[in-house]
Amino acid sequence: MLAAVLSGLIVSILYIPFGKYLKDRLSICVSFLPIALFAYFASFIPTIRDGGHITFHYPWVPSLGINLDFHLDGLSLLFSLLITGIGSLVFLYAAPYLKGHRYLDRFYAYLSLFMAAMLGLVLADNVLLLFIFWELTSISSFFLIGFNNDNADSRKSSLIALGITGGGGFLLMAGLILMGHLSGSYSIQEMLGANEYLKGHALYGWILALVFAGAFTKSAQFPFHFWLPGAMKAPTPVSAYLHSATMVKAGIYLLARLNPVLGGTDYWMYPLVIIGGVTMLYSAFHSLFRTDLKAILAYSTIAALGILVFLIGIGTPESLLAASVFILVHALYKASLFLTTGVIDHETGTRDVTRLSGLRKVLWPLSIAGILAALSSAGVPLTFGFIGKDLIYEATLHTVGVLPIVLTALALLTNVLVLYAGFLAGIKPFTGPLPQNLTQVHLPNALMWGAPLVLALLGLLFGCLPFLADDALLNPAAHAMLQAPIGTSLKIWHGFNTVLLLSGITLVSGVLLYVIRKPSQRSLASIERFNAWSPRHLFGKVAQYSKAFSRRYTHTLHNGFLRVYLLRIIVFAVLLLAFRLFTGGPIRLTLDQLSPVSVYEIIVAAILIAAIFLAVTTSSRLTAVVATSVIGYCICLQFVFYSAPDLAMTQFSIDTLTVVLFVLVLFRLPPFLNLANRLTRIRDWTVASAFGAVISLIAIQVLNQPFDGAVSRFYGDNAYTLAKGKNVVNVILVDFRGFDTLFEIVVLSIAAIGVFSLLKLRLNASEKE
Amino acid sequence: MNSTILKTASNYLLPILLLFSIFLLLRGHYHPGGGFVGGLIASIAFVLHSFTHGTDATLRLLRIHPGSLIPVGLGLAALSMFAPMLGGQPVMTGLWLEEPLPVIGMVGSALFFDLGVYLVVVGVVLTILFTISQYSE
Repeated sequence: MLAAVLSGLIVSILYIPFGKYLKDRLSICVSFLPIALFAYFASFIPTIRDGGHITFHYPWVPSLGINLDFHLDGLSLLFSLLITGIGSLVFLYAAPYLKGHRYLDRFYAYLSLFMAAMLGLVLADNVLLLFIFWELTSISSFFLIGFNNDNADSRKSSLIALGITGGGGFLLMAGLILMGHLSGSYSIQEMLGANEYLKGHALYGWILALVFAGAFTKSAQFPFHFWLPGAMKAPTPVSAYLHSATMVKAGIYLLARLNPVLGGTDYWMYPLVIIGGVTMLYSAFHSLFRTDLKAILAYSTIAALGILVFLIGIGTPESLLAASVFILVHALYKASLFLTTGVIDHETGTRDVTRLSGLRKVLWPLSIAGILAALSSAGVPLTFGFIGKDLIYEATLHTVGVLPIVLTALALLTNVLVLYAGFLAGIKPFTGPLPQNLTQVHLPNALMWGAPLVLALLGLLFGCLPFLADDALLNPAAHAMLQAPIGTSLKIWHGFNTVLLLSGITLVSGVLLYVIRKPSQRSLASIERFNAWSPRHLFGKVAQYSKAFSRRYTHTLHNGFLRVYLLRIIVFAVLLLAFRLFTGGPIRLTLDQLSPVSVYEIIVAAILIAAIFLAVTTSSRLTAVVATSVIGYCICLQFVFYSAPDLAMTQFSIDTLTVVLFVLVLFRLPPFLNLANRLTRIRDWTVASAFGAVISLIAIQVLNQPFDGAVSRFYGDNAYTLAKGKNVVNVILVDFRGFDTLFEIVVLSIAAIGVFSLLKLRLNASEKE
Repeated sequence: MNSTILKTASNYLLPILLLFSIFLLLRGHYHPGGGFVGGLIASIAFVLHSFTHGTDATLRLLRIHPGSLIPVGLGLAALSMFAPMLGGQPVMTGLWLEEPLPVIGMVGSALFFDLGVYLVVVGVVLTILFTISQYSE
C-alpha cells in the first residue's frame, strides 16, 4: 500500500533526471502507472464488497502520533478507483493533447505528484498524514493550473487557487489538531470511538468551523468558489482530472469521512445544507450566462459540489447513498464533458459555445461521448445520471418538517440549470449546421476521443445495470460515511411516484430552457455588470489592500539602514527586558554576594573604560574598531580570571577575526567625514546607556536568585563516565548537546554561502559591465 | 601589507599556528580547546598569511577553495553522528577505541565530530573573509 501511494511521488522525482528521454513518443509509458494502480485497487473490490476493510500501519514519527496509517474501506476505494481510473484516461489523453509541448515531462511529473497526493489523501487514516497530502494536492495543483507559465492570467489564477486552498488548509490543520488533541488519537478510526465526546465538547463549534473552512475552500463552496472558474486556465486534461473528478472532491471526501465522527448534529447539518444549497443554486444560475465551454463546465461543477455538500449535510442513509452515487455519476459525465471540450478546443481552436455547432459531422465518435455525457448529466432514464437524480429527490423528500418542500424545490431548480449546462457543453457543439470555417476539422488521435467515450459509455453501462457499481462500490462507500448499513440498493425503476414526476419536470423544463434560451455575448456582459459585488472581486480587493499595507510596512521597518535595524532591535530588547524586570517582582540590589575585587580586575576594568571612551570619541574608524577589540580582549581576560579558559580562547579568536573583518571592509571607506549630529548622538547615548543599565540590573538580579546546580552537576558527574571526556564544556558541545552543535555549524555554513553568493553575484554583475 | 619582518614571520607562523590548532583540537576532550577554537586559530593562521602575501597567494597555497571544506566538515560531523546507527545503537552514541593511539590519544566518534566542526569553522571563516577581501580589492 505504501508503495502504491508513494509510486507517484517516486515517478515524479524520477522525471527530474530522466524526463527528457520520455518527452516524445515514450511519454505514453508513464500511463502504465495509473493503470497498474487502478488494477491494484480494483483487486480489493471483493474484500470491500464482502464488508471488509484493510488497514496498513507503518510507523513514521510515532512520538508525535504521525504514522503512515492507511485505511481502505468503501469510501476510500471509490475515490481511489476514480483517481486512478480517470487518471489513467487523463494520462493517456494528455500524451496526444500536449504532444510536442516544451514541458511535457514536467506536466507528467506534476500530474504523477498530484495523483500520489490525492491517493494518499483518500487512503490516510491519520489526520496529520491526511493534512500533508491535502497540502500536496494544493501545491501540485498550483503547478498544474499555472502550467502555461508564460501567461499572466494563468499565473494569477494559480496563485488565487493556492491562496484560497492553502488558507483553507491552514485552518483545517488547526481543526484536525484540535480533533486529535481532544480525542487523544490522530487516527480517524480511533476518533470514531470518541465521537460522542467530541460532539459534546465546548470546542466542537470551533472544530466544525475549521474543518468546514478547509472543506469549503477546497471544494469551491460559496463564497470561496471563484478560484475554480479561474483554474480553468489549466490545460484541459488538468481541468478534467483535478477540477471535476478529484481534487475539488477532496473537501467532499473530508466531509464524508468525518461525517461519522462529527456529523449528525444540527451544527453539522445546517451549515452544510445552507452553504451547499447556496452554492449549487448560485453557480448553476451563473452557468446560464457563460459562453466559454470550460466556464460553463466550471460553474456546473461548482453546482455539483454544492449538491454533494448539501446531500452530506442532510445526513440520512438515503442522502449519503445519493451522495456516493452522485460522486461517481458526476465524475463520469463531467470528466467526459471536459475531455470532449478539450478535443473541440484542440481541433477547432475555440471554446466559444456561440460559434460551435454541427461538429457531429466531423467528430462523430466524440459527439457520441458528448451527447451521452450530457444525457447523463440531465438524468435521462437509462443513464447513470437518472439514478443519481432520483436518489437526490428521494433524499430531499424524506426529510422532516418544512424541509422537504424547500430542499426539493432547491434541488429541482439546480438540476434544471445543471441540465441546461450539460446540454450546452455536450450537445450544442455537435448539433445544428456545421459552419464553413469548421469543415476542415478532422478527428484527432484515437486516445483523445477514446477517453471521453469510455467514460460516457461507463455512465450508460452503470445506468442500465446499476448493481454493477452498487454492491462493489457505492453501498460500501455510503456505509463508510454512515458507519452503518444503508439498507437500500440502486434500482432503475421505482414505479410511478413523486420522484418520477420530479424527474420528468426536471427533464421537460430543462429541455425547454435549452430550446428557448440561446447563450450569447450579451447575456455574458449582463452578468459581468455585477462583478463589483462578486466574492472574487471582494477577495481581490482584500488581497490588494493587504499587499499595499505590507509594502508600506516593510518599507518602514526594512529600510536598508543597518544602524536603524540595530537601534530598533536594541530598543525593543530594552523595553521587553525592562518590562519583565520591573513587573517580575521587586528588584534587590544587594552587592554583598559579589566576590572580592582583585587588583588585576581593577586594571582590566580601567583599560576597558578607557577603550570605551576612545571608541566613542575617536574620529577615525580604524581606531574605533581597534578600541572595540580592546574591549573584547578585556572581557576575555575577565573570563580567564573566572576560570573559563574555553570561553576566553574562543572569544579571543573571534575578536581577532572580527577586527580583521572590520579592517577589510573599513579599509575601503573614506575617513569619517562628519560625526553624527548632536541630537543623534544623544539618542544613541540614551539607548546604549539604557541597554547597559538594564543588562547590569538583570545580572545583579540573577545573583540574588537561588542557584540550582542540578544541570551543571549532572554534566560534571557524567562527562567522564558517559562521554569519556574531562573537559565538560567540550563534552557538552560534541556529545551531550551534539545536535545543537550540528545545527550551529549548519547555520554557519549557510551564513558563509550567503556572504559568498551575495558578493560573488555582485562581482560578476560588475564584471559584465 | 609590505612588512618584511611580518612576511618572513608569517611563513614560520603559519605551520606553527596550524600545529597549535590541531593540538587544541586533539586535547579538546580533556583540556581547554576543541574543534571550534581550533578552527578559529587555523583560520587566523591563514588570514595572517593572506595579510602578508595577499589573498590569492593564500588561495594558491590552500589549493582548494576553503568553501569546499564546509561540506566535507558537515559530512564528517553528520557521519560521526549517524555511524552508531549502523551498529544498531542510537544516534550520537559515543564509540571509542579501547586503547589510546600514540600522539593522538583517545580516538572516538566525538573526535571526528570535533574534526568536522573544525573543518566547517575554517571553511566558513576563510570563505567569508576571502570573499570580502577579494570584493574590496
